[in-house]
Amino acid sequence: MLNSFWNWFVIIISVGSILACWWLLHWTKGVSDRSDDDDGSTGHVWDEDLRELNTPLPRWWLHLFNITIVFALVYLALFPGLGNFAGIKSWTQVDQYNAEVAAAEQVQEQIFARFADMDGNALMADAEAMETAGRLFGNNCAMCHGSDGRGAKGFPNLADNDWQWGGSHEDILTTLNAGRMAVMPPHDAILGEDGIREMVAYVQQLSGQKADAELAAAGKSRFMVCAACHGAEGKGNQLLGAPNLTDDIWLYGGNPGDIEYTLLNGRNGVMPAFNQLSEMHRKLLAAYVKSLSGS
Amino acid sequence: MSKGHKRLEKNIILMSVFIVIAVSLGGLVEILPLIFQDQVRTPSEGVKPYPPLQLAGRDIYVREGCYNCHSQMVRPFRSETERYGPFSVAGESVYDRPFQWGSKRTGPDLARVGGRYSDDWHLIHLINPRDVVPESNMPGYPWLLEATVDGELIQHKLSSLQTLGDPYTDEEVAGAADAVAGKTEMEALIAYLQGLGLTRSGR
Repeated sequence: MLNSFWNWFVIIISVGSILACWWLLHWTKGVSDRSDDDDGSTGHVWDEDLRELNTPLPRWWLHLFNITIVFALVYLALFPGLGNFAGIKSWTQVDQYNAEVAAAEQVQEQIFARFADMDGNALMADAEAMETAGRLFGNNCAMCHGSDGRGAKGFPNLADNDWQWGGSHEDILTTLNAGRMAVMPPHDAILGEDGIREMVAYVQQLSGQKADAELAAAGKSRFMVCAACHGAEGKGNQLLGAPNLTDDIWLYGGNPGDIEYTLLNGRNGVMPAFNQLSEMHRKLLAAYVKSLSGS
Repeated sequence: MSKGHKRLEKNIILMSVFIVIAVSLGGLVEILPLIFQDQVRTPSEGVKPYPPLQLAGRDIYVREGCYNCHSQMVRPFRSETERYGPFSVAGESVYDRPFQWGSKRTGPDLARVGGRYSDDWHLIHLINPRDVVPESNMPGYPWLLEATVDGELIQHKLSSLQTLGDPYTDEEVAGAADAVAGKTEMEALIAYLQGLGLTRSGR
């Protein structure tokens, strides 16, 4: 709220300017009286014989100005503009926003009402649900996982059937509700330079790539360091978000350089929680993510 | 032609005075009163002056011209709040000098971007946006990794802002250089982005 000084400051200048415009219009109408010269010119002469005619504004043109003045007065009467005067309609931006949200929610509720009792599988089979969820995915997930869900280096591919934290509807919901933090610590100190080289070879071999057999064998003997999270056979652990190392699916790249970097520096995978979305939104998203993998 | 009109039109100084009066009316009514309103001078709940690293990041944001493509103003429309989060209010920008509201959105609005992505995402994205968003046409900013933040400069900035009335404590000003010691510009920019809009978005 404006205090009374600024209140009157705004009102007086606003109304004053409008009245001044009106006065200006009528004052300049007198310009067409042609009192200066009988030949109907303003009396200005340029370049010896170039004269400026003093013709009045066309009436319709003049009325356009009058209309703008009437519009301004009507507008200021209906809407807030004159200091603290709220306007006859009592319109506010916040009210308009709230009405807009309420109207949209009503529409949304009708759509969502049908989904309320559906479980993950039923949602996946429902075309409308998947279309809605696809838009939610585009708005909330696509920037990391890609608009097609295929991810990027460091951001899991959701369209394959390999799951870092579990691929059931409930698992995916948990991921959305609370987020995930995957921590692979650096192993430079514990493995040493030789150890890293051997481990790179063994991890390559595990995933079915060609690797130096001797180095890989040496790496295998050190694998208990890794087994705590990735399991004795390297098949990973979805409770810890530790990826399966025996397939050829790579979150951070599978060439020797990438694997070495991962071992030396560790990796921190962060999936933020999306609990600012409604429960229904998350349920739809979980079903959509599951549907991406085609399972 | 009336006498008054003739005099006004022929006396350029008199005419200038009236022109200045006419064009300043809009500003006098729409801008001037607002400068004195508590609503735009009182920080919203939870809004604090930028910590040193974020302040450094903010200057990098301005230097690199991020505002040319990104606004920081969620307008009060449902389509906006649905995508970005709660709409912006004036009290969020009291410590922004100048504010970064903007009106050009080649990229998305960033007013609620804090916490929306991981730090790693920002790092990859700022080096080469197409590594994470293949459709993106944003340029990469790899050189931010090479430059470090000037601690002494940040300390000066904090103390200048303190003079202007931002509620930094003396300890905060004294510790500013240490707070950014050894940090790259990339880290500063990410810290700034990750702090944006947290008080309103609830992240």
